[in-house]
Amino acid sequence: MSPSALDEVGFPEHHYLNAGTTVRSWLLTTDHKRIGVMYLVAVILALFLGGMFALLLRFEHLTPGPTYIDAVTYNRFFTLHGVIMVWFFLIPAIPSVFGNFLLPIMIGAKDVAFPRLNLASVYIYAVGAAFTTWAMIHGGADTGWTFYTPYSTTTSTVVAPILLGIFILGFSTIVTGINFIVTIHTMRGPGLTWMRLPLFVWAIYGTAIIQVLATPVLGLVLLLVGVEHLLGFGLFDPARGGDPILFQHLFWFYSHPAVYIMILPAMGVISETVAAAARKNVFGYRAVAYSSLGIALVGFFTWGHHMFVAGQGVFDAGAFGVLSMFVGIFTSIKVFTWVGTLYRGAIRFTTPFAYICGFLYFLVFGGMTGIAVATVSLDVHWHDTYFVVAHFHFIMVGAALMGFLAALHYWFPKMFGRMYHEGWGLVSATLIILGFNATFIPQFLLGNLGMPRRYYDYPVRFQSLHVASTAGSTLLFFGFVIIFIYLVLALKYGRAAGRNPWGSRGFEWDTSSPPPTHNFEQLPVFTHGPHEYQLAPEVSNAA
Amino acid sequence: MLPESHVQEHFANMEVQRQAARLGMWAFLGTEVLLFAGLFAAYAEYRSLFHETFVLSSRHLDAIMATVETAVLITGSFAVVMAHHYARSSRSGMTCLSLLVAVGTGLAFLALHGIEYVHHFEEGALPGKYYHFPEIQTAGASMFFSLYFLMTGLHSLHVIAGAGVLAWLAWRASSGEFSRGNYNAVEMGGLYWHLVDVIWIFLFPLLYLI
Amino acid sequence: MNELLRNVLFLPEQASTFARKVDSLHYFVIITTMIMSTLVGLTALFFFVRFRRRSETQTTPLLNPPWWLETMFVVVPLAFFLFWFARGYTDYVELKTPPKNSMDVYVQAKQWMWKFSYPEGPNAIGVLRVPANRPVRLMMTSRDVIHSFFVPAFRVKQDVLPGRYTETWFEAIQPGRYQLLCAEYCGTNHSLMLGEVIVLRPDEFDSWLADQRRGRALQQDGAPTADEDVTRQADLVRQGERFAVQYGCVKCHSIDGSPHIGPTWLDLFLRREELEGGQTIIADEAYLTESMMDPRAKIVRGFNPVMPVFKGRLAGPEAAAIVEYIKSLRSEPLEQARSRRPVYEPIRSR
Repeated sequence: MSPSALDEVGFPEHHYLNAGTTVRSWLLTTDHKRIGVMYLVAVILALFLGGMFALLLRFEHLTPGPTYIDAVTYNRFFTLHGVIMVWFFLIPAIPSVFGNFLLPIMIGAKDVAFPRLNLASVYIYAVGAAFTTWAMIHGGADTGWTFYTPYSTTTSTVVAPILLGIFILGFSTIVTGINFIVTIHTMRGPGLTWMRLPLFVWAIYGTAIIQVLATPVLGLVLLLVGVEHLLGFGLFDPARGGDPILFQHLFWFYSHPAVYIMILPAMGVISETVAAAARKNVFGYRAVAYSSLGIALVGFFTWGHHMFVAGQGVFDAGAFGVLSMFVGIFTSIKVFTWVGTLYRGAIRFTTPFAYICGFLYFLVFGGMTGIAVATVSLDVHWHDTYFVVAHFHFIMVGAALMGFLAALHYWFPKMFGRMYHEGWGLVSATLIILGFNATFIPQFLLGNLGMPRRYYDYPVRFQSLHVASTAGSTLLFFGFVIIFIYLVLALKYGRAAGRNPWGSRGFEWDTSSPPPTHNFEQLPVFTHGPHEYQLAPEVSNAA
Repeated sequence: MLPESHVQEHFANMEVQRQAARLGMWAFLGTEVLLFAGLFAAYAEYRSLFHETFVLSSRHLDAIMATVETAVLITGSFAVVMAHHYARSSRSGMTCLSLLVAVGTGLAFLALHGIEYVHHFEEGALPGKYYHFPEIQTAGASMFFSLYFLMTGLHSLHVIAGAGVLAWLAWRASSGEFSRGNYNAVEMGGLYWHLVDVIWIFLFPLLYLI
Repeated sequence: MNELLRNVLFLPEQASTFARKVDSLHYFVIITTMIMSTLVGLTALFFFVRFRRRSETQTTPLLNPPWWLETMFVVVPLAFFLFWFARGYTDYVELKTPPKNSMDVYVQAKQWMWKFSYPEGPNAIGVLRVPANRPVRLMMTSRDVIHSFFVPAFRVKQDVLPGRYTETWFEAIQPGRYQLLCAEYCGTNHSLMLGEVIVLRPDEFDSWLADQRRGRALQQDGAPTADEDVTRQADLVRQGERFAVQYGCVKCHSIDGSPHIGPTWLDLFLRREELEGGQTIIADEAYLTESMMDPRAKIVRGFNPVMPVFKGRLAGPEAAAIVEYIKSLRSEPLEQARSRRPVYEPIRSR
């Protein structure tokens, strides 16, 4: 291996990207890195599409009443925005892209345990997306991404193909989750004990457990709604003795843990990047590792806090309320740990670090407003208002997207071997963080004022806040456009990144950028943990 | 005997590969259990809501037929265990035969269940809005049959999938592919078949006996 | 202080007893949240300035938190969160437990309108008139999909479900007009499913109610829909009597205490009845409604399960009217009797 990562700027002659350049070599690849890249393209497309719908919705809200679309179109747009963002972007964003790309490299394996299944998951994703796109072209559903019965079973819009699309997509998630669990258990390189695993791997492990255990329940409940919509089995139809609340229980049994599918990997990304940016060991490795598992476990028992005003019993509300308080603890441990990591570190302010700061702020504010809405009496006012919308956008867009962008900027040199323009990186990070606040802080206030979500029309007293929110969303949009432009340019014109541009101790930086097809010139032997910075990087990289 | 020849490139050795396959399969079985868990939850709720109706409807179902079906499925499981045993002792012919027996039991199960379905169609004990069975008209009667058709239908789909997998394994076994060093596939297929059985073992008392 | 915070946070006015209570917790929670996220952000920023990288070869010490610090990270936030929960849950239980002396209003939601029926008579569409300083209990059901009754100024919200009754209550403290919104997505015109709660001074309310009963109704509340045979001025009890005849209830249930095919309605309300299964129930509103919708759910001992199911045949207000009629059948006029806490449990078996 090279003596120093910092002065090595060469671009390797052979790597996974030029191992085969035909379309066929991509479509039939079982290389986890190429699969990760394919997922990256797919989720960026989904992000773009979902983002367009978000912008259309925001512009509709510039004025009360019809601005330029009618109520039916508006209802379809917010459904598509939710469906695309949740299932086609957020759920696969970090695990399927960066998990696939990095997990085997981080644990010193040549590939994931089941490479062909891994390829199959891409195609399953594509088929699911095809069904959803088909439904979208044919009008799309107007149920919201939550598909609450009995509305979803009685609406005349195209519900079934969308349900089918998400159902199929679920298998892609499950396959990815199983692959990760098995890979982490069986394929760790020599010397890589559980307590030496990079924290990103721990986070992915927790995520994979949720993916495997929660997704089938979603699959089933969507199947039931589809069967009821098409065939009239009446399982959730009150006229036939059905209970609409049962649907909500089953749905949130998946969809609450699904939030952790989105945020846990982002937390893993932050654990990695914060250590690299501060060049310091993570302050409390075990606490972070175990809290990932803790979130995965306790997250399964809090779903009822989505239903405080839905008609569940007072006792149920109490039980779910108190459990929800405990799930917040795991996040607070992580937040203190990350801040503690910065203490006495050697921090360099780079684009990923900008996203780390953004992430910390969004996670604390979004997380604590989450605890606030889980406080039963407060939820009565906030439930189904823009306050809840703003809260989960803080977590799912603020925090999870910050994690995704931090990962993209931190590992971009590893994935493609080139550096992007740092100045533009900081500009767009600033735009996105400011734009995000400008978009969603007004929505917290809208919620306080009593603006219910999913309203096409609204009383005029809400207008000023809506306009502010829309203005913020355009900032956000420009931020993304800039990122897209400089990253695409960097693919071709960026300077070669070299093996380890960040001076990181993470294992993935021990191989060339981009890595060779089988990840390593020779399989690594692990003699230390992933975040040990007591030695200067030159020395540490000479191992 | 060259067990290493079956090892896929990215695994260190056969032991790791077998361990990976086993863990992966168990994780997959976990997802299957949770898939059915949703239906069991629905069953539990509606049973507590419409207790009388569920007891009546369950008594109306043909428990004798279901007992025969259970026996058939358990025979199939036994055949799969034997196939695993023969594969480990490299006896391809017997492996293939046992797998075919298991496939046969699967088909027999489907045929028997088909007869039950036809019977329900004739008397009108159908799910949801199609329900027009005159004998049971209490509240929640259509709910029982909705759940009955969903649970047994989903299970039958699993039987079809399992039988397909076993048939494919039998075909591979007939060409002598499995041996002491390479019986992973038989073990995995067998695990799946056992799961299909176990789910039925839960469905049988819930729907037919209590 | 209260007013300042309320305006800063864009909260609507506090027009119910519950609103004030909830808002004090609201302020505490939001202020803690803002302080914490600012603190975390500022600490990160301070660390960045103080511990910025000074040379490319800089090393850092291996630091791990001592056990007491990690314990503190867990215990301090948990203490805060559990305190919020305890405060919030107490208020929530109160919101779920209407006072014994509350006034009842039946609420029926459908795409996309609200309808209110008072036990003493009038119906109204889109406008709920209530007296100030008197607790009002709403018993709500939906005719189609799930809706949600939301009055921001009261800080009250409750989903309204088809096929079962849910309830909530409030006590308005200030006469005025407050907006009512549907908060659960219910289809194309979800955002037009608005209504108004008009809080009147108690004496004004009483005279309004008396006016309504005397048939001098004002026309401003909008006309009933064509598909509902509702005489606005008719007393709910009298309506119930008419429905009881129309649907043939009185063919099996006597109203004078004499034994018949079904249990007599006289003094039925709040009677303790022994069931076939051996357990006893109290014939409150919930039980009476349930017995119409699903007669076989709880059969009173000694009677045969012969009553037909009225689910889908009786509209919500019709069922409500019949319940009010049954409540009115008393051998000796009692003071308006109330069921005990919890007054009205959601009906589970539909």
